[in-house]
Amino acid sequence: MTEAVAEGTAARPRRRLRIPPVLTMILALIAIWYVAAVPMNIKEVLTQAERDGAVVSPDNAVDRRDMSNWALVLRNPEHIGASWATARPRLPAPHVVVEELYESTIGEEVNGRRGLVRSGSLSNRSLVYHGLVTLNATFVGFLIGAVLGVALAIGIVHSRVMDMSVMPWAIVSQTIPIVALAPMIIVVLYSIGVQGLLPKAVISAYLSFFPVVVGMVKGLRAPDAMQLDLMRTYNADARTVLQKLRLPSSVPYLFASLKIAIAASLVGAIVGELPVQRGGLGARMLAGSYYGQTAQIWAALLTAAALAAILVGLLGWLERKTLARMGMQT
Amino acid sequence: MSLVVFALILWAVGWAINLRIANGPGGTTRAGALAVPLIFGGTLLGMWELMVRGFDVPRVILPPPSMIGQTFAANAPLLWGDFVQTILKGALSGYLMGCAAAFLVALLVDRYDYLRRGLLPLGNFMAALPIVGTAPILVMWFGFGWQSKAAVVVLMVFFPMLVNTVAGLTDTTAMQRDLMRTYASSWGQTLIKLRLPAALPFIFNGLKVCTTLALIGAIVAEFFGSPTLGLGFRISTSIGQLDLGMVWAAILVAALAGTLFYGIIAALEKRLTFWHASQRG
Repeated sequence: MTEAVAEGTAARPRRRLRIPPVLTMILALIAIWYVAAVPMNIKEVLTQAERDGAVVSPDNAVDRRDMSNWALVLRNPEHIGASWATARPRLPAPHVVVEELYESTIGEEVNGRRGLVRSGSLSNRSLVYHGLVTLNATFVGFLIGAVLGVALAIGIVHSRVMDMSVMPWAIVSQTIPIVALAPMIIVVLYSIGVQGLLPKAVISAYLSFFPVVVGMVKGLRAPDAMQLDLMRTYNADARTVLQKLRLPSSVPYLFASLKIAIAASLVGAIVGELPVQRGGLGARMLAGSYYGQTAQIWAALLTAAALAAILVGLLGWLERKTLARMGMQT
Repeated sequence: MSLVVFALILWAVGWAINLRIANGPGGTTRAGALAVPLIFGGTLLGMWELMVRGFDVPRVILPPPSMIGQTFAANAPLLWGDFVQTILKGALSGYLMGCAAAFLVALLVDRYDYLRRGLLPLGNFMAALPIVGTAPILVMWFGFGWQSKAAVVVLMVFFPMLVNTVAGLTDTTAMQRDLMRTYASSWGQTLIKLRLPAALPFIFNGLKVCTTLALIGAIVAEFFGSPTLGLGFRISTSIGQLDLGMVWAAILVAALAGTLFYGIIAALEKRLTFWHASQRG
């Protein structure tokens, strides 16, 4: 049956077949998630059930602690359903996370006391608010990092000294776990009176800076000897070469490194929110981990994932548009 | 104030020497390529030291490099313990497990086209996500010990490694595969004799990217909970005590470990892919 369909659309088989495998994998992941939630949550569920007066086996917590999770599931199959709906799960089931996601975005804004509908401003308990806080820092940091990165790359390409002295350090710095600096930058800037958006943006900028430098240096050097010779026969000065040859030919490299940079920038903003609890997805995650609100962590995580996907997707779309406009093939 | 002037003079002298080396005949030699960045780095360190002393910057904001060096030397055993906990136990074990798992999955993905079409888009998507965010969840599941850090590292390195290995395994030409077919070689033989060697540059690229990710994962996971040692623990507690010398010393350990880790993988790459165009230089 499927064979016949594939045969019938032989002209465009790729587009036709592309979606189902990905969908299958996602469905398989969700199924695994549901199955995994049972043994992960069974101990809490049984403790709760015992408190409520249900009969569980074995009937004391010490025995249960020493048993494996799967064995507990097999001896108490009637409690499986409860493990997808327990109040304090170790692994919340997907629909619980989706519910939390809905509650803390649309639900909070529409029905919450401090929500958009009742108070006219975004509630500070909603993920929309926290997502925007993170997004702001990400954008500011990304812009600073990208602009500085491009500027340094132009300097490196034009000055041999800068190339020889800065480039090795830029490469070495890629091998250093820069995020380790994040809490220190936050606290130091805080102690000299800088707080709010800027410290997080500094970390984001720092993380997005080096990918842009490395990518842009490669891109600005992409023109081959023939093209550079042509510019020389036109008696073009360094500026004209930069404007008319080097910058246009670096655009594909620029977009490739911008996509890496914005993902790094988001990570920087989230990590930057850990030490100072003033809103943002990172603060949300840490609060969730302090108070054992796993669904809240998962919801924040999914929001961060969606943000990353949207940002990278947006840059990819810009890339396709720009390259098509410039007559380059992606 | 004279220290600040001295710092500026130091900068001018360093830059002038570099200018001469870079634009002179020594600029193209190996020694020149090594000396210029070292002089540049040394000048920066010197300026840092002089500026901090000259402007009397408080120690809690920016300690001079000499103080960081002293802290580093004085607390070497403590920092060694942190290094073992975070780098060897957390990052390295997670790195090995994650990369090995990704490699095996890549072989499966390569064997079955259905998996490739299903998993590869997901892998590309996951590779761009802020996976560090799973750290609080994994710390909750696996406890404060190194196991939770290794788990974060496994998740972080898995997808970049998978994507790179799969890309590498497809990097053979039709001609080469046809040749193997004329030899009547099986899938396994083609894999071992042709496709794995051809994939090595990509695999090493993945391994190199993952070294940094592994350290980031291990350190950030410690911010969410750790035993009373480890680099992430050291950094977050020392900041609490405003002991910035210690923070910088811990960062120095992380930087050295990161560079060493990367260097080992890069050296291994040089040994194993000596035939590749990028290595012949």
